[in-house]
Amino acid sequence: MAKAKVATTSLCGCFGCHMSLLDIDDRILKLVELVDFNKSPINDIKEFTERCTVGLIEGGCCNEENVRVLRDFRKHCDILISVGDCATMGGIPAMRNTIPLKECLDEAYLNGPTVHNPSGQIPNDPEIPLLLNRVYPCHEVVKIDYHLPGCPPSADTLWEALVALLTDKPVALPYELIKYD
Amino acid sequence: MSKSLEADVKKICKACGNDRTRMMDIVRSVQEQCGCVSGEAMDLIAREVSCHRVEVESVVSFYAFLSTRPKGKVVIRLCDDVIDEMKGSDQVAAALKTELGIDFGETTADGAITLEHTPCIGMCDQAPAAMVNDEVVTYLSGDAARSMVRSLREHMDPKKLVGRFGDGNNGHDLVRSMVHNNIRQSGEVVLAPLAEGAALKNALAMSPAEVIRDVKTARLRGRGGAGFPTGMKWEFTRNAPGTQRYVLCNADEGEPGTFKDRVILTERPDVLIEGMTIAGYAIGSDTGVLYLRAEYAYLRSFLEQALHDRRNKGLLGKDICGKKGFNFDIRIQMGAGAYICGEETSLISSVEGLRGDPKNRPPFPAQKGLHQCPTTVNNVETFCCVSRILEKGPGWFAQMGSKGSPGTKVLSISGDCHRPGVYEVPFGIKLSDVLKLCGAEDAAAVQVGGPSGTMVSPAEFGRTICYDDLATGGSVMVFGPKRNLLKVVRKFLEFFIEESCGYCTPCRVGNVLLLERLNRILDGRGEPSDLPYLERLGQTIKTAARCGLGQTSPNPVLTTLKSFRSAYESLVKEAPDGLQPSFDIGAALGDAKTITGRESVHF
Repeated sequence: MAKAKVATTSLCGCFGCHMSLLDIDDRILKLVELVDFNKSPINDIKEFTERCTVGLIEGGCCNEENVRVLRDFRKHCDILISVGDCATMGGIPAMRNTIPLKECLDEAYLNGPTVHNPSGQIPNDPEIPLLLNRVYPCHEVVKIDYHLPGCPPSADTLWEALVALLTDKPVALPYELIKYD
Repeated sequence: MSKSLEADVKKICKACGNDRTRMMDIVRSVQEQCGCVSGEAMDLIAREVSCHRVEVESVVSFYAFLSTRPKGKVVIRLCDDVIDEMKGSDQVAAALKTELGIDFGETTADGAITLEHTPCIGMCDQAPAAMVNDEVVTYLSGDAARSMVRSLREHMDPKKLVGRFGDGNNGHDLVRSMVHNNIRQSGEVVLAPLAEGAALKNALAMSPAEVIRDVKTARLRGRGGAGFPTGMKWEFTRNAPGTQRYVLCNADEGEPGTFKDRVILTERPDVLIEGMTIAGYAIGSDTGVLYLRAEYAYLRSFLEQALHDRRNKGLLGKDICGKKGFNFDIRIQMGAGAYICGEETSLISSVEGLRGDPKNRPPFPAQKGLHQCPTTVNNVETFCCVSRILEKGPGWFAQMGSKGSPGTKVLSISGDCHRPGVYEVPFGIKLSDVLKLCGAEDAAAVQVGGPSGTMVSPAEFGRTICYDDLATGGSVMVFGPKRNLLKVVRKFLEFFIEESCGYCTPCRVGNVLLLERLNRILDGRGEPSDLPYLERLGQTIKTAARCGLGQTSPNPVLTTLKSFRSAYESLVKEAPDGLQPSFDIGAALGDAKTITGRESVHF
């Protein structure tokens, strides 16, 4: 059987979920036997080169580029998985959701107690993607097939889920892998 | 200023015996006298009745008619339920706003008039209606609203707004209200006149157990809508251990579209009071409480007088009807604007001087109710039925109506019909016959039982009004062919969200999620998978909510999904490419475009 193609991305996340994926230690060798990575920060492939079976999404959507990438993933992947709390519900970045965008920027660049900004400018380079009015969990932007909660989901959780999915077995995560206290 | 506040609060608390369980009366009086219950007033109350300030504040913050900040001398509360909206409350609202120069929730600069919305005030048969302080004004229009504001500005006396009195006791010296009864059909049970004391004397000639037996033989079931057998409830209450027992009458008629208790209280208070007295005898209680919703405050003096008259005639008070040792008296407890208090355990909380939070059940009120004592809570109409059963005998009562639902039911019919008003009909009547009675043969949908009830489609108009089919506390709202039912559903959901006490998550959060998804569908951004989502979520709320409010709040969504599914289906469409149609990238980028002055490079 041909190896499954996997793509991953980190949107408005901290790369913690990707670090957790790397935490599978030596199982990474088994993983390589199981899958080929396409677009992913792990191999630094920037754009999709072929259709993928699975897309792993870390982080929610806080700016227009996140939305573009996420829609691109939806277009190129059969199955999309929201990985981690930011992807599934916005996470820490979504703490700004109750505050208007202008106030957030003012606090970050002008008024915050530790701000040193003599020019008084808020960064506005055309290269900087526009921020969304709030942070959206991925499933509010595109259809998401599975959610893996956790901050981050542990390496074992990711491994078990991914292997079950790729070998067409039911995902039976033991209690230890889905409890968070 | 502060000195006089202190004196006022002290006086009010003293009048209530410095009793913290009378908190509702205390804060209502302070509100009335001082225009609000300020932080300072709350501190003073707490000191006077020896409780924590937070206990006072939790009550003040809970009820819609209480406020911590001063309101205008006159508060106009425009009813914004769905029937009023259908009858043109929007024009009234617009007229009030322009005439007063303020928006809803605001007070005029001179501190004279405050403008607010309020949910159903029990006047759907004469909508649009509003409360001006305790006074009710009905059949409003834009013009009527404008002239109302002008005359208020002149005299600031809501009483003077009443031009012609309504029919019957609405013209009584102690009521003097423009409310109309709109009794379209009287029956023999509730709305027929009763020879004073006739039922009570029959009851007192029997033992309490025999009275309960009679109520059981009549197979009387609770008229509030849930239909619990009254005799059984009384027996549980009587047999529960304890020395003190209570009879509570639920006159907190808050289910939108219900106004039959208003009419019973206006025209047949004696039948009700007699029924409560019989209940007191049957369960062995000497204290009754009539919990009257704040919206019906205009009936209070009239009801006090009715109680007073009966005391004078020996029908209430000590040794009633000469029966040695049977003492029973009733006090009126005013509510303060909270739908949830119509739920019996919330009502008990409220009578105890607490926030109207529901309590855990079991123990049921029959075991541990008011002040932890055995308590029976019954609907106004139920007590009236009791009087009639004791007057005419259980056999006479049981042969009326249908098999599982003997007797008659008083319906409050409103909406798109020619003759809105109150109808006493035998149980088991077909909905189509009800619609014929009220002149609504072209109805496109009927909401039976208020927002928490069932939306019935024309195909089901052959169904019957009774506990085993279409149960209702009395509310029947008719919607004509031109109404958008999904918008009606939205209105109902907004009502439940507003009235949820917030205690349990399924109700507090779940209803908001239901509304969000419904709005999405109404905005044309819905997709087919939203329908099963609504069903799943609605079922979860029903299963997991703590009290009757949450257990029924998804009903508008669930029953319309069943009976009017095509209305939903016509609005949703499959989304292409796995995108979420509800996500609007343009709107999401709006703020950033304004702030940065740039356009999106991606979209």
